[in-house]
Amino acid sequence: MGMAEEAPLLASLKGITHRYNNVLAVDDVTLDIPTGMMIGLLGPDGVGKSTLLGLISGARKLQEGSLQVFGGDMAKASHRNMVGPRIAYLPQGLGKNLYSDLSVQENLDFFAKLFGQNSSERRTRIAKLTKATGLGPFLNRPAGKLSGGMKQKLGLCCSLIHDPDLLILDEPTTGVDPLSRRQFWDLIAKIRSERPVMSVIVSTAYMDEAEGFDWLVAMDAGNVLASGTPKELKSKTQTEDLESAFVALLPAEKRGNGTKLVIPALEDNQGEPAIVAKGITRRFGDFTAVSDVSFEIKAGEIFGFLGSNGCGKTTTMKMLTGLLPLSSGEAFLFGKPVDANDLQTRTRVGFMSQAFSLYGELTVEANLLLHARLFHLTPEKTEQRIHTLVERFGLKQQMHTKAEALPLGIRQRLSLAVAVIHEPEMLILDEPTSGVDPVARDVFWRLLVELSRKDKVTIFISTHFMNEAMRCDRISLMHAGKVLVYDEPQHLVEAKGASSLEEAFISYLKDAIGDNPDETQEKTSDSDELIVSEISGAGDPNKTKGDKANPSHFSFKRLFAYSYREIKEVMRDPVRLTFAFIGSALLLIVVAYGISLDVEDLSYAAFDNDQTPQSREYLSQFQGSHYFIERPEIHSEAELERRMQSNEITLALEIPSGFGRDLKKGETPSVSAWIDGANTTRASTIAGYVSGVHLSYIIQLATDVGIDASAAANVNIEPRYRYNPSFETIYSIGPKTPAMLLLLFPAILMAVSMAREKEIGTITNFFVTPTTRIEFLLGKQLPYIAIGMINFVTLTLLVVFLLQVPLKGSFIGLTLGAFFYVFAATGFGLLISTLTKSQVAAVFATSVFALLPTVMFSGMIQPTSTLEGGGFLIGTMWPATYYMHLSVAAFTKGLGLFDLMPDIYVLALFGPIFIIITALFLKKQEK
Amino acid sequence: MRSWVNIYWLGRKELRSVLGDFILVLLIAYSFSVAIYAEATATSESVNNASVAIVDEDHSALSRAIANALFPPYFKVPEVISAREVDEAMDHDRFMFVIGIPPNFERDVRNGDQPSIQISIDATAVIQASLGNAYIQNIVTDEVNHYINRSDEETVYPVVLVQRRAFNPNGTGMWFGAFNSLLNQISMLTIILTGAALLREREHGTIEHLLVMPLTSFQIVMSKVWANGLIILVSFVLSTFFMVEGILDVPIAGSRMLLFGGTALYLLAAAAIGIFLGTVARSMAQFALLLLMVIVPIMLLSGGLTPIESQPEIIQPITWLLPSRHYMAFAQAVVFRGANISIVWPQMLTILGLGTVFFGASLMLFRRSISVSK
Repeated sequence: MGMAEEAPLLASLKGITHRYNNVLAVDDVTLDIPTGMMIGLLGPDGVGKSTLLGLISGARKLQEGSLQVFGGDMAKASHRNMVGPRIAYLPQGLGKNLYSDLSVQENLDFFAKLFGQNSSERRTRIAKLTKATGLGPFLNRPAGKLSGGMKQKLGLCCSLIHDPDLLILDEPTTGVDPLSRRQFWDLIAKIRSERPVMSVIVSTAYMDEAEGFDWLVAMDAGNVLASGTPKELKSKTQTEDLESAFVALLPAEKRGNGTKLVIPALEDNQGEPAIVAKGITRRFGDFTAVSDVSFEIKAGEIFGFLGSNGCGKTTTMKMLTGLLPLSSGEAFLFGKPVDANDLQTRTRVGFMSQAFSLYGELTVEANLLLHARLFHLTPEKTEQRIHTLVERFGLKQQMHTKAEALPLGIRQRLSLAVAVIHEPEMLILDEPTSGVDPVARDVFWRLLVELSRKDKVTIFISTHFMNEAMRCDRISLMHAGKVLVYDEPQHLVEAKGASSLEEAFISYLKDAIGDNPDETQEKTSDSDELIVSEISGAGDPNKTKGDKANPSHFSFKRLFAYSYREIKEVMRDPVRLTFAFIGSALLLIVVAYGISLDVEDLSYAAFDNDQTPQSREYLSQFQGSHYFIERPEIHSEAELERRMQSNEITLALEIPSGFGRDLKKGETPSVSAWIDGANTTRASTIAGYVSGVHLSYIIQLATDVGIDASAAANVNIEPRYRYNPSFETIYSIGPKTPAMLLLLFPAILMAVSMAREKEIGTITNFFVTPTTRIEFLLGKQLPYIAIGMINFVTLTLLVVFLLQVPLKGSFIGLTLGAFFYVFAATGFGLLISTLTKSQVAAVFATSVFALLPTVMFSGMIQPTSTLEGGGFLIGTMWPATYYMHLSVAAFTKGLGLFDLMPDIYVLALFGPIFIIITALFLKKQEK
Repeated sequence: MRSWVNIYWLGRKELRSVLGDFILVLLIAYSFSVAIYAEATATSESVNNASVAIVDEDHSALSRAIANALFPPYFKVPEVISAREVDEAMDHDRFMFVIGIPPNFERDVRNGDQPSIQISIDATAVIQASLGNAYIQNIVTDEVNHYINRSDEETVYPVVLVQRRAFNPNGTGMWFGAFNSLLNQISMLTIILTGAALLREREHGTIEHLLVMPLTSFQIVMSKVWANGLIILVSFVLSTFFMVEGILDVPIAGSRMLLFGGTALYLLAAAAIGIFLGTVARSMAQFALLLLMVIVPIMLLSGGLTPIESQPEIIQPITWLLPSRHYMAFAQAVVFRGANISIVWPQMLTILGLGTVFFGASLMLFRRSISVSK
């Protein structure tokens, strides 16, 4: 065709190499990509397609080599900022960059705001896009509740909202039902015809889709195998279809043995069916995932489940394995009703779930051994089984490799080996081959056929590949929780008079949708409405262009777009909010009432060796004190020790024999007070009490003999307890407890929110939109500051009205301090979650790093000034110290705004410092 | 028998996955070394470095003697301020105590006129206020008596009181701080580790894989409890030997084996709480909030910071339900008072009982949660 040579270049890659922790993902790729075309990146999972797309979009950081997109260097931030708004990127995974709690409308609104569109422009664009894609009637449905096909359409709308010149789609149709797939490509074709300047780069594992593209790049193991038009590739390899062309392009050792898989006919088996499902139904709340499904699977047959993601395949399989109870209906395995507690049946079934069900951190051998042990195979049997399976499944080379380091195809074989280690009579496989390259899939199917025909294992498998479905003895077509039909695949094709199973499936789907008015979404609007072209005329075009010209400038609009979105998300999870508010209120009450610093009710016992009226008089002084509670007398040294050891008494008073006699003689007898010294603070307090009681005894003694003891004192000491004259703990702990809660709750909520964004993948939107770091961080932070402030008000009210600690000082000062404090707390949460990878690690790290300084080093119990060493240092660098101080000053000391300012100034520093450090660590690109 | 074999093998798998997670290992190591050290060395004597000022309107030898008698480590070197400054200085926390010596104090003492000394105390720091007050009163009385008697001779009272501290003769605050910190760390880490282990397995979908094998919920839960408990127990033992006894030089009066045995019992209870939270929580955010709700009372109300007997009657039944409260009592008895099993068995039994109840409840909840999980 020669088209590629003439066209100007969209992107130019030279020597691009990319590694993830030493695993090579892209290996020295040099490639020129022409502009204004529909370009396909072909190849199975894990060959480097996504990495390349991420690099071209600017979402991933370039490691090695040079990359030019739209004529500029993508290694330069200035160029990325400039071309960023011209590129739209839809990452892999259904709805991965969408916010599942937000509605269709809210998702679209959010993306439009990030590109600086005003409300009238947004309204026009959203209306046009949703009308054209058929999403119009579902504007208020949360994205998480859309079907796979609809999610992809929404993702597409979000990408198209700002008229990009380059649209990058990473496996947009994986796991989508054939009808939605077809509609999706029709939509793309329509958009391309309206806006020919727009280039589209698509990666896909479906070779049949690629037939319609303009230009293809076939990839394997981080390398480009070939590039050119589909025709060129086919003629180069002298093959008829792209799937064969791809296989022919692979290096010789990967091509497989080239023989076509022949499946021997199934011997007719009149025995008992292996699985019987009778009208099984599963509901989650008001959502029916599986509705009235019935089928029978014969022993020894390969039974396939064909359908899109979310159509109920997995749920059905889970019900049959006893993982999920049936809402209604009956299911039988080997003629017995499915029973979750029937361990015997489980040993007859092997299961391979959709999610990778091996332990990645274990080696191949360890995985096999673990499962052999859990099924209690004898050591000889284990050895023999592992030997056989390793031979048969070709795992010998990898015996000591960790499972997570294996290529996907081999990992799937290992999963199968693990599933059959105990020689089950039935195998349940949930999408075992998704993402696996065609050759590896073929190898996998050979094993399945062997298991079925040779070992007579019944196989129940789900898939979304049509050619795999054709290999099953019988298949059942599933859609939206219902089985449309089940029969031999050839019969289904014939019944619809279709040319292929895909055609037949689409035809069955159309029948089903026709019956169901709720599914009008599947019908793409046939109107001639323009989807993208000239939409830019909507609103004020100059303004839009103006925003686009300076995309890297700070924008409050984008900041608030993030805040607004975060607020919506928080509001949709009322459990979290309730926990945050009720939880902190409860903790305030328990802690403030529970911590009592008044040492009272101390149990003591006397060890009176004298037993005279004098000794009893001495002891009577203690009986009268409200600090002490008397326990039965001690009779021996051993008893004294034992009772103190068991904490039954914390004080023992030992009076020596001869006490009374010595006292009368004026020989100054001595009394011993044994104080439990384990808790040193308590011990000091007790020591003070004991001295006090002793002193009052002495005075009593003097008064008894007629001496005015008070006259003997040389000085009168008048202690004055300021701020807290009644000397009650609550006036100290009451104001301090909210300080603890206002740090811990906002920090942990913030940390989880950020970590979640990273784990789920919505952080990609920050990478690929013109959002700056500060907009992103502050935007996410604002709602949590608001939550913190609401919490502050509730806790303050509780302190004043429930704990009865009056706020004597400046409320404005306290509020101002609380604002900066909550700002600091959320800033800390952001910092921790930016440094950690997973939610678990974020929660772990936030608790470990925040609890200790807040509870121990901030003056909660022990004033910071009395701390020493590292603890003192940490205390002075921790915001809680200053807020506790401020809170006590405002509540109990009754200080005014002016006097509170020093603490407020210090508190105001923490937030910005945390945010600046976070911004330094937060990368605008993925690694 | 088969059941325990499964529990053993599953637990070994659990051990590998925790030890393979670099960040987790790092956080655990930090918690049992640096964190303990920081907390133990920060906890000093009950009154330490207290800031004192003197309003000296007497300027006599006696008033100077009183000022000189307040010295570190209990008190900072007192500053001399004027009467006008007192309010402002105390408002800004510059001083915790201000001693006011009136004019002609020394003369009045000499004449036996019993002059008054005022001690203004910042009562917002409750413990330090009352202890510091007692110390200052003693110091002032001693100095005045000393001045009157012109000798070091103590006033002779008819009965002498000898106070002795059992179990910690010198009243070294760090001993208690070190163990308090260690106990807080094991509670927090055990709960997070087990809870997160369950949540992680659920998020990765491997829990379903386990459930379709011939394994019971009991085996799955038990394997997590023993594996995570073991990790913490080993860290505890190492920290006891190397950090607490080694670097911090805190003596352990009782049997170490008894201490470790009781700790193992407690870890069962703590891990059960972790499983409980991990099962109740639908997401990490919820787990984190629940964790705070449990860990804060454990840290504050188990008898480490404030003695249990001082807790108000209404709170006592609530804290009784905290296994950490009984464990704290057990550990204090063994570590400081050298108690043996004949003394601490009631606490051990209570811990075991509460642990079993929590474990049973978590197991029941876990079974239920699987059946409704999507």
